[in-house]
Amino acid sequence: MNFGIPFTPPEASSIAGSIDTLFYTLLAFAIALGAFLAGLVVFYAVKYRAGSKADRTGERGRSLPLELTWTVASILIAFVIFGWGVVLFLHREHPPLDALEIAGLGKQWMWEFRHPGGQREINELHIPVGKAVIVSLASQDVIHSFFVPAFRVKQDVVPGRTTHVWFIAEEPGRFHLFCTQYCGTQHSEMGGWVTAMPPEAYAAWLGNQDHAETLAADGERLFRALGCSGCHGNSSKVRAPDLAGIFGRPVPLNNRQTVIADERYLRDSILNPKKEIAAGYEPVMPSFDGLVDEGEMQMLLAYLKSLSAPATGEANQ
Amino acid sequence: MSTEALSPPGYLSEGAGPAAWLLTTDHKRIAWLYLASLTAFFFLGGAFAVLMRVELATPSGDLVSDDSYNRLFSLHGIIMIWFFLVPSIPATLGNFLLPLMVGARDLAFPRLNLASWYVFMLGSMFALFSVLAGGVDTGWTFYTPLSTLYANGFVSMAALGVFIVGFSTIMTGINFIVTVHTLRAPGLTWFRLPIFVWTMYATALVMVLATPVLAASLILIVLERVFGIGIFNPALGGDPLLFQHLFWFYSHPAVYIMILPGMGVVSEVLPCFSRRPLFGYKAVALSSMAIAVFGFLVWGHHMFVSGQSAYAGVLFSFLSFCVAIPSAIKVFNWSLTLRKGEISFETPMLYALFFLALFTFGGLAGLFLAALAIDVHVHDTYFVVAHFHYIMVGGMVTAYMAGLHFWWPKLTGRLYSETWGRIAATVTFLGFNLTFFPQFVLGYLGMPRRYHTYPPEFQFWHVLSSAGAVVLAIGYLMPLLYLGWSMFRGARAPANPWGATGLEWQTASPPPPHNFETTPKVSRPAYDYPMKGLRHEKFSPHKEEAR
Amino acid sequence: MSASNESVAFDTPARERRADAFAMWIFVGSEAMLFGAILLVFFMARISYGAAFAAASQRLSLPLGTLNTVVLITSSFAMPLAHLYASAGRWRAALWSLAATVLLGLGFLGIKTAEYTMEFREGIAPVLGAPFTYDGPDRVHAEFFFGLYFAMTSLHALHLIGGIVVIAGMLMLWTRANEASRLRRVHAIGLYWHFVDIVWVFLFPVLYLINR
Ligand code: HEA
Ligand code: HEA
Ligand code: HEC
Ligand code: CUA
Ligand SMILES: [Cu+2]
Repeated sequence: MNFGIPFTPPEASSIAGSIDTLFYTLLAFAIALGAFLAGLVVFYAVKYRAGSKADRTGERGRSLPLELTWTVASILIAFVIFGWGVVLFLHREHPPLDALEIAGLGKQWMWEFRHPGGQREINELHIPVGKAVIVSLASQDVIHSFFVPAFRVKQDVVPGRTTHVWFIAEEPGRFHLFCTQYCGTQHSEMGGWVTAMPPEAYAAWLGNQDHAETLAADGERLFRALGCSGCHGNSSKVRAPDLAGIFGRPVPLNNRQTVIADERYLRDSILNPKKEIAAGYEPVMPSFDGLVDEGEMQMLLAYLKSLSAPATGEANQ
Repeated sequence: MSTEALSPPGYLSEGAGPAAWLLTTDHKRIAWLYLASLTAFFFLGGAFAVLMRVELATPSGDLVSDDSYNRLFSLHGIIMIWFFLVPSIPATLGNFLLPLMVGARDLAFPRLNLASWYVFMLGSMFALFSVLAGGVDTGWTFYTPLSTLYANGFVSMAALGVFIVGFSTIMTGINFIVTVHTLRAPGLTWFRLPIFVWTMYATALVMVLATPVLAASLILIVLERVFGIGIFNPALGGDPLLFQHLFWFYSHPAVYIMILPGMGVVSEVLPCFSRRPLFGYKAVALSSMAIAVFGFLVWGHHMFVSGQSAYAGVLFSFLSFCVAIPSAIKVFNWSLTLRKGEISFETPMLYALFFLALFTFGGLAGLFLAALAIDVHVHDTYFVVAHFHYIMVGGMVTAYMAGLHFWWPKLTGRLYSETWGRIAATVTFLGFNLTFFPQFVLGYLGMPRRYHTYPPEFQFWHVLSSAGAVVLAIGYLMPLLYLGWSMFRGARAPANPWGATGLEWQTASPPPPHNFETTPKVSRPAYDYPMKGLRHEKFSPHKEEAR
Repeated sequence: MSASNESVAFDTPARERRADAFAMWIFVGSEAMLFGAILLVFFMARISYGAAFAAASQRLSLPLGTLNTVVLITSSFAMPLAHLYASAGRWRAALWSLAATVLLGLGFLGIKTAEYTMEFREGIAPVLGAPFTYDGPDRVHAEFFFGLYFAMTSLHALHLIGGIVVIAGMLMLWTRANEASRLRRVHAIGLYWHFVDIVWVFLFPVLYLINR
């Protein structure tokens, strides 16, 4: 019917529908208002064209009631739109606790994803339908942006910090994945496909991937290789905090403050430990800045998280 | 006075030759210096745009390489924003008209005014050099760390150019503010000022207070590239988002630098051709100031998905809706101005009406963007591109054309061809919508901006847009021809061809070197067009040509 | 602003003088936004890396910083003196106090240069690829601090140099300018000079005195 010309993006995620509702309502409002104003102007233009017989007696052009009416009306309408936008937006902030967490790494000019089971893929992302998926995003170099139009989600990927985006795919299919933050020469090539598949198909797919170790397992290997265990292991002579269950736990610092050990904290503890010193310990931990790249950082984080009880999902935002 | 016959040659004939122009301190001639340079930059930026559109006609990147494409849109944006649109109306029409409208002999600081043009040229030399030397590929937004650590173009050079041009902007701003405060003719109280003066004043305030922040962020970029100071570099403890905050703290107010003058022009043209006072004069005047003030509080709406806290996002969204209100007020007042008018449709009026339509449309698109949940989807897609072209090209450039035609008789002392003017205006309007409306559809479909290649299913809309760009190009080339012709061959214009109010029309066209034989006294409000259906002897250019 | 001499726009010199002062104030406001922006960056950074910044700021030379503050504040007395004499028509006295202002300004720059060289030797100058051999805690953010330190102080120094150049230029043209315009220029440059000093009065505690 539409001759292969696309007019609207597919609605493939749990939020797509509600966002489209807002969009089309706004569109209707804009068209209605536009039509009204255009109609008004054309009407005047015809009725009061030079030389027409229309009656023109009247005062100087001003009317307080009118000014107030449209000012107040505009304010009210504006605030309704604002509120509606906010409600849908804050939804982003509260991912379900049982969400499946996939590590996404952006680098000039490709996306690299690692599933909890350790399966690695490039510019392709396979996800189960009907299950919440959190993609925790890190960047190796410049700012990128993770954008899946069909899901109506987007999140910039900023070097030096971890950001998150989550969604629930509602129907199987292959959807565009774009990088929408200009990131240099091949910005427009930096994309791929998100493949949403029924859970069992997803499980099967995971199975068929050449089975690497899980992300956490890799992290554990690193934890030894880098010598973390030398201090944090229970049989070490250095007094270093035991990292079991650290993630999401409040940590007292030596400056009498307490911080929640979220990803930001863990990342900083590794890259520059001197910044926040856990109370009662010597600041002897060396910085691993430059020794671990973003990919390895994600493994370490996965490992540290795996050390704590499962349901701490809410801590990662 | 308005029925005075053929006018004396005026300021144009005061000394010819390059020196008489390049060393002049007459605001009217400096306006011409700017007009010439800005026109050149507009067509340069337009040429880049046309190349982009041709490239985008096909999904694959076949015309230019990816690096060249990135340079195209970066230079297009940089040139169009800083070397054309920001100075466009203020430095040309504003420079020419502000003293005339307040009844002054010149701007407060004529030499500063000339200096500002030289500074502008110096800055543009840097920009042009970076174009010729190989271009910049950071986008006009210079986002770090791309611009500081990875971009291989001549970033420092371009940044320096923009930085220098900033100085000329500030000079102009200071000059305007002081002029409006100290040089108003006797009796010309604030609320008798034409709206154009109000908007120039608001613009100048924003110029003076926002430009230095841009300067700061550009300085930091150059320091980082050249001296290795890592203020935005996470590896050195810096924060990339810090740059975005600084940049948008300038660039959002800057977008109002790029629309307020247009609003001013339209507020002059609409009353004149409907022979009615501007509806709700005070509301329009004060809303301009409101825009200038609120404009400083909304920068974060460019960073909704940048990783800034969600609550900052909510706050900035709220303020963005607040800043929309004054524009709403203006739109309604402009529409009501036509009521009970005696409307005729000369070229400036056509442009003004097109402005009204296109600005409203682009502004409403702005509301979509300010609505958080929608922006998450359309951020950095063609929806945004369409939004700002509707306002900046459909709004500001259209208003610029309206003003250029409206005051052309005053600038040159000659008349242009109404027929050609009307044709060009209509062609521009059609071409514009054909170019940019499809981009709204593209944007919502998820077509990202700054893309050299794109998935084939988007091609249909891109082709429409590219076709439109060609029509648009014609629409913009036409005035170049018939206005150029009129400049030398056009029929002489009387002092007040449109029968308009406003001091600038009470002196000869073109005005004498110091604008007025005797300093005018003002005793009536602005837009004092005859009311109660009194007929008003109105000049028709064609009658005049016939004489 | 002091560039425009007897603009045709004004009918009386008095009005023009008022306009000049006004313009200068606007310009100062504009400049304030420039430094304000960078100070804002500094404070945002300091909130997040307070400890590192405090430790790093200990490495700056407090004596030299203080000395410089004194020098600049003295110049802030010499400058209004010039204005005083000028308005009293005592031109040579005005001339001398202007000269004094310039000298003090140069003195400030001299001390600042000495300070910079020291910092380069100590290896706490992470600019121009100089080696950064800082051994305190949280090296990364200390580097950030020194980056900001150099950015802010060098920007301030540039403004000072600008002021010095303008005054020097004035002294060159001193004999050629008529008295009205001399007065206007002294007044205008005076405002600017004070502004530059005030900026330093902000920078000094912000950079040198983090919990000392
Ligand atoms: C002249 C330039 C100009 C102007 C005037 C505006 C005006 C507005 N802009 Fe726009 N904007 C830009 C130029 C401009 N913008 C540019 C260049 C960008 C992109 C930068 C980049 O990333 O490269 C941008 C991007 C941009 C964004 C970020 C998009 C993104 O990157 O994700 C947002 C988000 O809030 C926004 C909002 C607005 C709003 C709310 C207004 C408002 O001021 C609009 C007010 C006008 C109206 C509202 C219409 C008239 C009113 C009525 C008809 C009555 C009905 C109104 C109500 C009921 C309230 N703009
Ligand atoms: C401020 C003013 C301004 C103006 C007037 C324009 C005018 C135009 N712009 Fe653009 N544009 C921007 C500001 C502006 N733009 C900005 C800020 C960006 C963002 C850049 C970035 O992402 O960093 C942008 C980005 C931008 C894009 C998106 C690029 C991308 O994201 O990949 C596109 C694509 O279609 C585009 C198109 C156009 C077109 C067709 C015009 C037309 O209106 C042009 C009309 C004029 C002409 C057509 C000239 C006519 C003359 C000729 C064609 C003859 C040739 C002349 C000689 C060879 C001497 N612009
Ligand atoms: C030289 C011994 C040593 C090594 C090696 C070491 N650490 Fe530590 N680590 C410490 C000490 C001591 C502390 C407590 C003081 C502090 O917070 O800096 C600590 C704190 C931490 C913390 C914060 C925990 C809390 O309770 O505050 C984390 C997370 C951490 N280390 C992870 C790692 C990782 C991951 C590695 C390897 C890449 C590693 N450490 C290597 C000694 C070490
Ligand atoms: Cu990565 Cu654009
Ligand atoms: Cu904005």
